[in-house]
Amino acid sequence: MARSDVQLMLGVKAGDDASFELLLAKYRTPLVHFLFRMVRDAATAEDLAQEVFLRVYRARKKYAPSAKFTTWLFRIATNLALNAIRDSRNEKMGISIDEPAGGESGADSGQPRIDLPDKRPGLVERMMERDRAAVIKRAILGLPEKQRAAVLLHKYHDLDYDEIADILDCSESALKSLLFRAYETLRVELAPLVAVKD
Amino acid sequence: MNCEKFEARMIAYMDGRATAEERGEVELHLVACSECRARVEEFRRLWGVLDETPAHEVSPAFDARLRARIAAEPRPSLLGWLLPQPRLALAMSLLVAMGVWISMIPPAQHQNEVARSEEEFKMIKDLQVLEDLDVLTNFEALSEVPPAQKPVQQKM
Repeated sequence: MARSDVQLMLGVKAGDDASFELLLAKYRTPLVHFLFRMVRDAATAEDLAQEVFLRVYRARKKYAPSAKFTTWLFRIATNLALNAIRDSRNEKMGISIDEPAGGESGADSGQPRIDLPDKRPGLVERMMERDRAAVIKRAILGLPEKQRAAVLLHKYHDLDYDEIADILDCSESALKSLLFRAYETLRVELAPLVAVKD
Repeated sequence: MNCEKFEARMIAYMDGRATAEERGEVELHLVACSECRARVEEFRRLWGVLDETPAHEVSPAFDARLRARIAAEPRPSLLGWLLPQPRLALAMSLLVAMGVWISMIPPAQHQNEVARSEEEFKMIKDLQVLEDLDVLTNFEALSEVPPAQKPVQQKM
């Protein structure tokens, strides 16, 4: 009978390297996929995924099964991704790290955002130049980071609302609102793809 | 239910995670509101479109790199093992100190202490006898007994 994630992690805590290998085999791909969709760079995504597993390994002795393993894992991944995005943005803009990061509030407060999708008219024309997948990726990347993380965890990893809310440190009702706004933005951005073909 | 309330429940409804009561309210609203009905359909198509994004394949060297980084991690030291348990560390220090103190007592002093202990033990053992003697010598009733008379020598 397959051992649960918590049982495997308790095995890692007890010094069983085989348990760590099983967790790695199970979550390597989902983590890299999530991080790639978050940061849009393959090398960065793999570096961050390595960092996630390293942090899990380093924390093994203090591990206590107080939450679902996936919640813990994706919380580490989300925090690392959000930090990487902010660091990258600060580097591009040459602004101080002490300044507000923007992110979710940036979109709401009318502050200029760096990673907004190209708002120029002619989305259909651009679609002619690029394939559909690139347009979809770009639309996802254009979401504010927290909305992006919420959509990725909900759409591609099928986590429960309470897990995603825990990872993003918000209430379940706030999460549902966040998801609705994110999908609404994507619906508008990807309108030509979403429209019913005659 | 109005459109605003519907929006708050729309995702859970579409996920199939709404309660029976919520589902009933949402469906009632959808019958009455064509705009929200159209939005549900668009969201469903959007979710299908989002499935088209290809995922990045993990590089074959990923595991080897990770294992190398784990192997380079510093191993926990004995001090590191004790420090999170200060009570245990204190108890072990006291035990060690006590052992050192006992081992430093000179053997001669140790023997004297043993001899002195034996004397004290004997004295305690005789204590009852000494107490009985004390009672006998100070017993008032015995003082009234006339001293024993010397036997009179008969003249021949």
